[in-house]
Amino acid sequence: MAGLLEHPGYDEERLKRAAEQLPCREVQAGMLLSLMGEPHQYCYPSIFIYGHRASGKSHVINVLMKELELPHATLSCVECVSVALLFEQVLRSFFGCDVASLLPRSPSLTDFVRIYRQQSPARQTRYIVMEKAELLRDADANLLPALLRLQELVEDNVTVILLSEIVWDTFRPNTGCFEPLLLHFPDYSKVELQQILSQDRHPSFSAELYSFYVSVLLGVFYSVCRDLRELRHLAALNFSKFCEPLAEGKVKETDTHKLWKNIEPHLKKAMQTVYLREVSSLQWEQMQQMEEETGALKGLSAHTHVELPFYSKFLLIAAYLASYNPARTDKRFFLKHHGKIKKTNFLKKNEKTTNHLLGPKPFPLDRLLAIFYSVVDGRVAPTASIFSQISSLVTLQLLAQVSHDDQLDSPKYKCAVSLEFICNISRTVNFDIMKYLYDFL
Amino acid sequence: MSTSSVSKGCFVFKPSPKKRKKQDVSQESYFIHDCAGPESGQRRFKLCQDLWKQIETETEVLQDELHRKILDSLLEFSRKCSSARCHGDWASQMRASEIPTAALMLGVNVPDHDLTFSSLSDLLRQSVTPYVVSLQAKECGALKHLLKRVLEGLMETVVAVDDEDEADQAACHVQKSVHCSLTTLCDWYIIKTKKSSNDTPGKKRPSTVTDEPEQLPPVVVVFKDLEAFNPKVLQDFILICSRYVHRLPLMFIFGIATSPSTIQHMLPHSVSSLLCIQLFQSLSCTEHLATVIDKFILTHQFPFKLTEKVLSVLVSIFFFHDFSVRNFMKGLQLALLEHFYTQPLSVLCCRKKAALHHATQLDHGDLERIRLLPSFKRYVEGQEAEEQVNLMTDDSHLKEVCQKLIKTLHKYHKNYYPTLRCLHALTSTLPRHLLGKQIRELHEACLRKNVWEQENYQSAMKLLKMQAKDELVVSLRRCAEILRSVKSKTMKNACEQLEELLCRFQQLDAAVDVAPSEDECVLSPPKNLPKKTDLFQLQKTLLEMNESRRSKKLSPFEILRNETVEFVDGLVRSHLWPPESQPLHEVCYYSSVATVKHHLNASPRTSIQVALSNPDHYLENDSLKTEDGSLSSAAPDICIAYKLHLECGRLINLYDWLEAYATVVSAAKVDPDQDAFGKVDEVKHARFIRAVSELEFLGFVKSTKQKTDHVARLTWGGC
Ligand SMILES: Nc1ncnc2c1ncn2[C@@H]1O[C@H](COP(=O)(O)OP(=O)(O)OP(=O)(O)O)[C@@H](O)[C@H]1O
Ligand SMILES: [Mg+2]
Repeated sequence: MAGLLEHPGYDEERLKRAAEQLPCREVQAGMLLSLMGEPHQYCYPSIFIYGHRASGKSHVINVLMKELELPHATLSCVECVSVALLFEQVLRSFFGCDVASLLPRSPSLTDFVRIYRQQSPARQTRYIVMEKAELLRDADANLLPALLRLQELVEDNVTVILLSEIVWDTFRPNTGCFEPLLLHFPDYSKVELQQILSQDRHPSFSAELYSFYVSVLLGVFYSVCRDLRELRHLAALNFSKFCEPLAEGKVKETDTHKLWKNIEPHLKKAMQTVYLREVSSLQWEQMQQMEEETGALKGLSAHTHVELPFYSKFLLIAAYLASYNPARTDKRFFLKHHGKIKKTNFLKKNEKTTNHLLGPKPFPLDRLLAIFYSVVDGRVAPTASIFSQISSLVTLQLLAQVSHDDQLDSPKYKCAVSLEFICNISRTVNFDIMKYLYDFL
Repeated sequence: MSTSSVSKGCFVFKPSPKKRKKQDVSQESYFIHDCAGPESGQRRFKLCQDLWKQIETETEVLQDELHRKILDSLLEFSRKCSSARCHGDWASQMRASEIPTAALMLGVNVPDHDLTFSSLSDLLRQSVTPYVVSLQAKECGALKHLLKRVLEGLMETVVAVDDEDEADQAACHVQKSVHCSLTTLCDWYIIKTKKSSNDTPGKKRPSTVTDEPEQLPPVVVVFKDLEAFNPKVLQDFILICSRYVHRLPLMFIFGIATSPSTIQHMLPHSVSSLLCIQLFQSLSCTEHLATVIDKFILTHQFPFKLTEKVLSVLVSIFFFHDFSVRNFMKGLQLALLEHFYTQPLSVLCCRKKAALHHATQLDHGDLERIRLLPSFKRYVEGQEAEEQVNLMTDDSHLKEVCQKLIKTLHKYHKNYYPTLRCLHALTSTLPRHLLGKQIRELHEACLRKNVWEQENYQSAMKLLKMQAKDELVVSLRRCAEILRSVKSKTMKNACEQLEELLCRFQQLDAAVDVAPSEDECVLSPPKNLPKKTDLFQLQKTLLEMNESRRSKKLSPFEILRNETVEFVDGLVRSHLWPPESQPLHEVCYYSSVATVKHHLNASPRTSIQVALSNPDHYLENDSLKTEDGSLSSAAPDICIAYKLHLECGRLINLYDWLEAYATVVSAAKVDPDQDAFGKVDEVKHARFIRAVSELEFLGFVKSTKQKTDHVARLTWGGC
């Protein structure tokens, strides 16, 4: 398959080397090449490449740019927190720091175009590659349309390549703009993944063995993960375990069944731990080395217990009740002599059991405190510490402030913890929260 | 006293180095002002400062010690990560290059975190890398601010963020400031590391990694309060950083107050997969508190003491409100300051030598004060008549006695704490923790009243008398160890006795080995004790056991055990007296619970109400005082408006209110018969409006649309 790429104007050796690095992307690379044309020819002003994560967008472009030694500026839109940064990076990669420093503070697009046009014209097409282009939508409204026809603006042989995970339709500004050429990178199929992954075999093992390993890996993970990057990472992490029986001399390379039996449960466990980042890769490797029962290591999500000061616990409980009980039921729950509130009246059918499905509702501070004072044992003075605990609960993200920070007058909050969490908390203070929850009456 | 502030409070003036001298004088002057004479004031001020300095330095040492452990594991982690990075073998090439991330579980005591982080980053700077930057969520509202903070923190230069509001400042930056991007940082880092490796090849870094010739120091970014960060900003920052991991050895430290699962709440899989997260548990705040109490309260070396009530207020603030050791220390500081400020006799609250010296210099006023101390009165009553007269009249004799009493007090403390620790060592392993699991609880119990008269103590002693040999010997050994390190003579004696007892236990062992007797079963009665019983049942079983025991002859072990328990009991009875029993204890013990509560657990609502209804309380102006609780018409406008509004219902008619106000205010004028009496003139009108809007600001009334010209009351109750 190597050598499939060919185009006049480029060195064949280089094309060949590029092609070797782009298995399963020959079609797309060829397409790109033909769009780009010969180096000195003008290319189409803007190209939009889209495809899922790790579908090789950046990879293909990078390989082409590097191997064919094309002048280019690659930048990520996440990083360009301001347009100034974007302009600066482009100018710097094309013309060097001196030119970049010509930009004024807070430059406008016009400044950029002006400075660009002062430079010597290109002898071959220059490329501006923008990763995560979807973020351009949040930038200045005129930035994206301008970039799409930058060639025209600067009157030079320059092409903008936009890379994104999102389709073009969501980009198009409603004022209309120049349409870029669209190029789709489809997901890799299982076979393609197998082919690509098999390429990075371990130097001290045979290609067949590694290819077998990859197929086992894909057998386990393909259903949950098709991300090439992730798969490669997992392959690297677990390969030593796969080779263990070989190194110990227990199994021969050809005895694939035994190898499979050895590695499969291990991979399954990896799926629940490292893959979800419950356990870090470093810990995972240590666990493999120690070869002991890995059950002892708790994942990140296993640690949910939070130790809180006594009154904070009750404040949180009160907040939970305020968030999940309708306000009109407070009388029934917290008033000692609530008189006759008819049961049928009290329980409105449609309202029941739905509060937890709808999520927490905001409540004012007064209500929180009223409930707090009725659930907490003993008399508590309304001291400054109580109030400061509310704000520390907010910083801990256990409560969420709904109203704006500036609103001093009756702020509103929501409770941001789960039922399980609050049940654990109430257990530690011997408070039966279920009795006070409208949904569970 | 001379502060310009209206509120009663403890004012801490942190002197700026320039003004130091002047400030010191003025601080001291607080102490000098009162009646006890300037010299004593100065001395007390000095003592107080010295003690506080001692506390401060010791806490620092303590903190460092405590953090050493986390730091060591953190260091190892960073070392492992960076070595994995430079290995260059197949696996590390293939796997994604993740950013090593230490998730530091700090607990919810947020006020303490600052200290932790500052000592942590100091240690990191000393031993791992000079490149450490700490971020706080409130400074990093947007990505560019975060980047700016990172760059500024590391490069120590001005970083330009292209912000409109900063544009006008741009003119003042003469030299071109750097751009706010990680590329800049990368370039800077490369230059920096090249330079430093050329200049000083063997930097101070401990070169434990000898196999790798050059391991670049990582760049550590500390997120102090992860929960408070905007998730989007954090995600973007991590995404950016992941593009630079190959060039820039980054490392993150997340400070987490709640639980590690917050990371998963904040970061989606696509982002968390860029991190290699490892958990580190820091010391829990309760343990931290225990060490602090151990260091500053349960020691005779620290002359300043808290009474049981004050201690329990401080401890309960800790457990009920904030879990913050820092605040506990602040409480201790407050008590210290108040003690030396309010108690003139606190000149005697210092090391023994100094105290004895100070005692010789007491003046007549001080001695009179001593004569008034309740504990001293009690002491006098215990003396013979002649001596009593002497003590009350002869100053120089009193001075001598004082010295003697100070010596006894010091001796008391010297014996008290070791005995307390012994008792704790013996009883903390007993079922149901009758005397408290923590030594703090036992200490509180001992301070409260004679511990041996408490029911729990008696039951504990009974349980001790039934303990199996192995356990008993283990805890006795621990006691011996505690006593061995004490220098006091009495304790040395006790230690000897204890060792002898231990010896005898051993001999018993040998004897049993030779002739295994039939009382094996007697040795293990505690095993039959049901683990969880209520007190009543426990006592019943105990009684029954006693009965059955009496009928039997005691084995040698039992005899020895009883002897041991008696010995311990004797020790307790002779040394664990509550401090009130000691003459002159007031010199060292701070007892004003109300002050501590007032200052540390402020209730703003109550103070506002007090200020409004009794303005004389804070203004200290007697002319505002009235007998019958009614308000003087000379009171501040807001107080009058407040008083009047208490008489209204839920909705207040503004005009009626104004008229009432004008009437009250006019009463202050000398001549009530004038025409203008009770009339609303412009000035009164304006004053009234100001008072009402102040009330609104304080949250007592608010405007309402229910009725025109009315405001709604927001509080209930009235006169
Ligand atoms: N055809 C391929 N052959 C070899 N490696 C590939 C191929 N396609 C992708 N990869 C590898 O997969 C990884 C992810 O690819 P790449 O960065 O190009 O994805 P992407 O489409 O840009 O994803 P994202 O949208 O997240 O930026 C890279 O490390 C790249 O080397
Ligand atoms: Mg990409």
